[in-house]
Amino acid sequence: MKNKNKKEIDRRTFLKIFGAGTATTAAALYGCRPRNNSVVNGGSDNAQTGEMTYRITPTTGDKVSLLGYGCMRLPTTSNSSARDSQDEIDQDMVNRQVDYAIAHGVNYFDTSPAYCKGRSEHAMGIALSRHPRDKYFIATKLSNFSPDTWSREASIAMYRNSLKELQVDYLDYMLLHGIGMGGMEAMKGRYLDNGILDFLIEERKAGRIRNLGFSYHGDIEVFDYLLARHDEIKWDFVQIQLNYVDWKHAKEMNTRNTDAEYLYGELVKHGIPAVIMEPLLGGRLANVPNYIVSRLKQRRPSDSVASWAFRFAGSPEGVLTVLSGMTYMEHLQENLHTYSPLAPLTDNDKDFLEETAQLLLKYPTIPCNDCKYCMPCPYGIDIPSILIHYNKCVNEGNIPANTQDENYRKARRVFLVGYDRSVPRLRQANHCIGCNQCVHHCPQNINIPGELHRIDRFVEQLKMEN
Amino acid sequence: MLRKIRLTLAIICFTLITLLFLDFTGTLHAWFGWLAKIQFLPAVLALNTGVVVLLIALTLIFGRIYCSVICPLGVFQDVIAWFWKRRKKLPYSYSPALSWVRYGILGIFIITLITGAGSIVALLAPYSAYGRIANNLLAPLWQWSNNLLAHAAERADSYAFYEVDVWIKSLPTFLIAAATFVILITLAWRNGRTYCNTICPVGTVLGFLSRYSLFRVTIDAEKCNGCSLCSHKCKAACINYKEHEVDYSRCVACMNCLQTCKQGAISYKPHYKRPAQEPTQEAADVNKSRRNFLTVATVLASTSVLKAQEKKVDGGLAVIEDKKIPHRDTPITPPGSLGTRNMNQHCTACQLCVTVCPNHVLRPSGDLSTLMQPEMSYERGYCRPECNKCSEVCPAGAILPITAAEKSAIQIGHAVWIKENCVPLTDGVDCGNCARHCPTGAIQMVASDPDMTDSPKIPVVNTERCIGCGACEHLCPARPFSAIYVEGHEMHKTI
Repeated sequence: MKNKNKKEIDRRTFLKIFGAGTATTAAALYGCRPRNNSVVNGGSDNAQTGEMTYRITPTTGDKVSLLGYGCMRLPTTSNSSARDSQDEIDQDMVNRQVDYAIAHGVNYFDTSPAYCKGRSEHAMGIALSRHPRDKYFIATKLSNFSPDTWSREASIAMYRNSLKELQVDYLDYMLLHGIGMGGMEAMKGRYLDNGILDFLIEERKAGRIRNLGFSYHGDIEVFDYLLARHDEIKWDFVQIQLNYVDWKHAKEMNTRNTDAEYLYGELVKHGIPAVIMEPLLGGRLANVPNYIVSRLKQRRPSDSVASWAFRFAGSPEGVLTVLSGMTYMEHLQENLHTYSPLAPLTDNDKDFLEETAQLLLKYPTIPCNDCKYCMPCPYGIDIPSILIHYNKCVNEGNIPANTQDENYRKARRVFLVGYDRSVPRLRQANHCIGCNQCVHHCPQNINIPGELHRIDRFVEQLKMEN
Repeated sequence: MLRKIRLTLAIICFTLITLLFLDFTGTLHAWFGWLAKIQFLPAVLALNTGVVVLLIALTLIFGRIYCSVICPLGVFQDVIAWFWKRRKKLPYSYSPALSWVRYGILGIFIITLITGAGSIVALLAPYSAYGRIANNLLAPLWQWSNNLLAHAAERADSYAFYEVDVWIKSLPTFLIAAATFVILITLAWRNGRTYCNTICPVGTVLGFLSRYSLFRVTIDAEKCNGCSLCSHKCKAACINYKEHEVDYSRCVACMNCLQTCKQGAISYKPHYKRPAQEPTQEAADVNKSRRNFLTVATVLASTSVLKAQEKKVDGGLAVIEDKKIPHRDTPITPPGSLGTRNMNQHCTACQLCVTVCPNHVLRPSGDLSTLMQPEMSYERGYCRPECNKCSEVCPAGAILPITAAEKSAIQIGHAVWIKENCVPLTDGVDCGNCARHCPTGAIQMVASDPDMTDSPKIPVVNTERCIGCGACEHLCPARPFSAIYVEGHEMHKTI
C-alpha cells in the first residue's frame, strides 16, 4: 500500500517534471536559430534540452536519475572500451565524462569488481571521489562468479575491496551479481550456503549498504525464488534486462530467457523498482539494418535510433534507472538528450516498436551481446568477434544467398576480407572443435558451436565459389 | 633507335615479370603469366617446343635479344650496372671469353639436369635466380606496403586491400637469394654481364647459337679510327676494337655501341662471316666467386629453418601455440606435379608458385636434393579445394595445369593419425574437427572403445579416399604437433 502511494506521488512529480521539460524543449526549439549561430562545434544536435527525469525509490527515497551510468565499458587510451581492450583506462576521459554526467543530472553509477577486466571500480573511485559524496549513488555488485570466490571469506573480501577501490565507507546500491546464471545451484553456492546473503542484509542494517538488490540473467526459477522471499529479505530494487525486443520476444531470442513483460510485471506486483540493463540489447538496437533505421527515423527524424530503445526502457513508471555503458562522450550526450527530459512512449509508439521488434526478429542475426562470458575459449577461438562480424554482415546485407545475387562479388569480398580483419585466422570458426565448453557460459543461451559451425560452412561456401 | 626499342621492351618485360613475383592475388598472371612461360629454361623443361623453337629462331636471326629483353636477370644486371656506372665515362673494357668455364658449367648443368639433381639446376638457372631474389627480397617490401594500404583501407572502411602475412618461408632459400643478389651486384658493378657470359648456362647455349645469327653488330674496319670507345662501353666486354672483332657468343645485342661510335663504323646488319674467340685468365677469379657461391649455398642449406613467429597475447583470448612442422618421410608436392620425380626433373625453383600460393602452404624445400623446390606443409593453412593457382603459373611443367575438379581426385599423400595428440583422448572433449572439414569425406569419427558407444570419438582415415590436402592437419586443435598429419606420396595418383 505504502509503495503504491509512493508510486502515485512519483508519477505526479514525474508528470510535473515532464510538463516543465516539454516547455523547455519548446523554448529551446523557438530559440534555435540564435543558439545555433553561437554554437561553434555544431554539437547542438545532442545538447541537453531540459531537466533530467528522476525517479524516487520507495524504500530510501533516493531521487535517482533515469539515466544510469554503466561502467563496464570505460574508455581507454587507445580509444576502445576497456571491456575489449587490455590498454590502460583513460582516467582523464573517465573524469571528464563523470564530471559532465554529474553536471547534467546523472547521479547513478553502476560498476562491478568484474568490469573492465577488474579495473572499473578503481577508476570510478578516482573519478567519483572528486565529487561530494551526496551528489552520486554508487552501485556495485558481489561478482563472486568463480567457484574459488564462493567461500564466505573470499566473498567478504571482495565486498570490502569494493569499498576500498571506490573510496567510500558505504555503498548506495549493492547487487547479487548475475543471479540465474548456473541456476539455483550457483545461487546457493554463491550466496546462501556461505551465509553471504545474510551478511549483506546485516550490512544493510548497519547502514553500509543502503539498498540491496540483485541482477538477474537466465534461469527464471531463481528469479521467482528470490521474489518469493521478498517479504523476508525486502529487496530495495532488482536489475533486469528490458528492451522492446525482450518485452514480448525474449524466448525467440533465447529460449532460456523470460519476457521482460513478465519480469517487470512481477516487480511491479511486489512494489520493487526495476533497474534496467541491456536497454539496447548489447548494442543491437542501436546498430540495426538500414530499413529499420529509415523506419525509426521517418517517425522522429531528429532522434537517434538508440533513443527509441532508451525511451522504451525509461517509459514504465516502475523503472528506477536505465543503465547505459557509455564509452564515448557522444554516447553520454545523446543519452542525456533522450532523458532530459524523457518523452514517454505513447500507445501508438509502443505498437510501432512492437512491430519493429517483430521485423528485427525476422533478421537472422545471432543474439550475441558481446558480453564475453564465453571467453576465453580454451582452443583460442574469438567467439564474440566471429558472431559480431557475422551479424554486421547480416545487417549490412552482405550475406549473399547464392552466386546469382546481384551484389555477390562485393558481398563476398566484404565478408571474407572483413572476417580476416575482425578475427585472426587461427581464431576463426573453422578452428572450433565443438567441445561445448562455452555453451553453458552464454547468458543468451546461444548454441555457440552450432552457430560457429554454421558460419564456417557459410565461409567455406564463399571461398569455394570464387 | 634500336637501342630505344630494346630499352622500352626490356623495361616492360622486366617490370611485368617482377610484378608476377610480387602479386600475391594472382590477378596479373591471367594477363601476363605467359611472360614466365617464354623463359628459355622453363620452356625447355616444360617441353614447350613452340617457345623453344621461337627463342632459337629469334637468336639465330637477331642474336641474344633474349638476354637483353626477355630474361629478367639480364635486365636486372643492366639496371644495377646503369645505377653504378652511369657517372663513369669508360666503364668497361674488352676481355676474352672464358670458354672452358662456360662450357664446363654448361656441361655440369646438363648432367645435373639429366640426373635430376634439381638443386644445382635451380642455383644456376637465370630466371629462377631472379625469381628467388624478387620473391625473397622484394616481395616482403611489396607486402608490407600492401599491409600499410590495407591498414588505411580498414580505417576508411574500404575492402580494396587486405592484409597478408609476411614470413620467411625458408631460411636457406632466403640466404641463397640474398647471396645471389650480392654476387650479381658485385659482378654487374665490376664488369657488366660477367654472369651472363661466364656462368649462365642459358647464356652459353644462346651464345653458341648467336655466333651464327643473321643480324650482327659489325665494325667497319675502314671507318674505325681505333678510339676504343665501343670496347669501353660494351657491358658484355665482347668488342675487340684492335682487331675490329666482336665476340658474337657474348654480344647480347644491346645496341649500346651503335650510337657510341662517332665514326659511324658500327652497324647492326645481316652477316655471314664466322667470328673468332679465345679463352684467357680471368677464369680463375670468376671460378673462385662461383665456388664461394656454391659453398655458401651448401652451408646455408644445412642450417635449420627458423620458426616464424607471430604471437599476440590478448586478455580474453587463450594463447595459441604455433604449429610445428611434423617429420614427413616423403615430402608433399603440390597436386599437378605428378610426384617427386617430375618435380625434380622440371622445377627450376623460380618461386612463382610459392609467390601465388594464397594459403601459405607452398614453401621452398630446405632439403639438399630438392633445394628451393616447392614443398607443402600445413601449419599456416591447407591446400584448399578451390585453388589451383600454382598449377596455373608454373612455367616449367613441374606443376602441370589442373582444374579444381581434377584436383579433388588427385591423391598427393594420406593422413596419418597420432593417438597421443588427439584431444578427445588427451583433453576429454568432443572434437571431430578433422572429419568435419575433410573435403572428400575420408575421415570418420568412431568410438575409441568398440564396446562402449559413448566412449570418446576418434578419427579413422579411409586412405583410399584421402587426397592429402591437409585440412585435417591444419585444423587439428592439438598443438604444436597435430594429431593427424599428412604423409606425402612419391607418385601422385587419381582416386
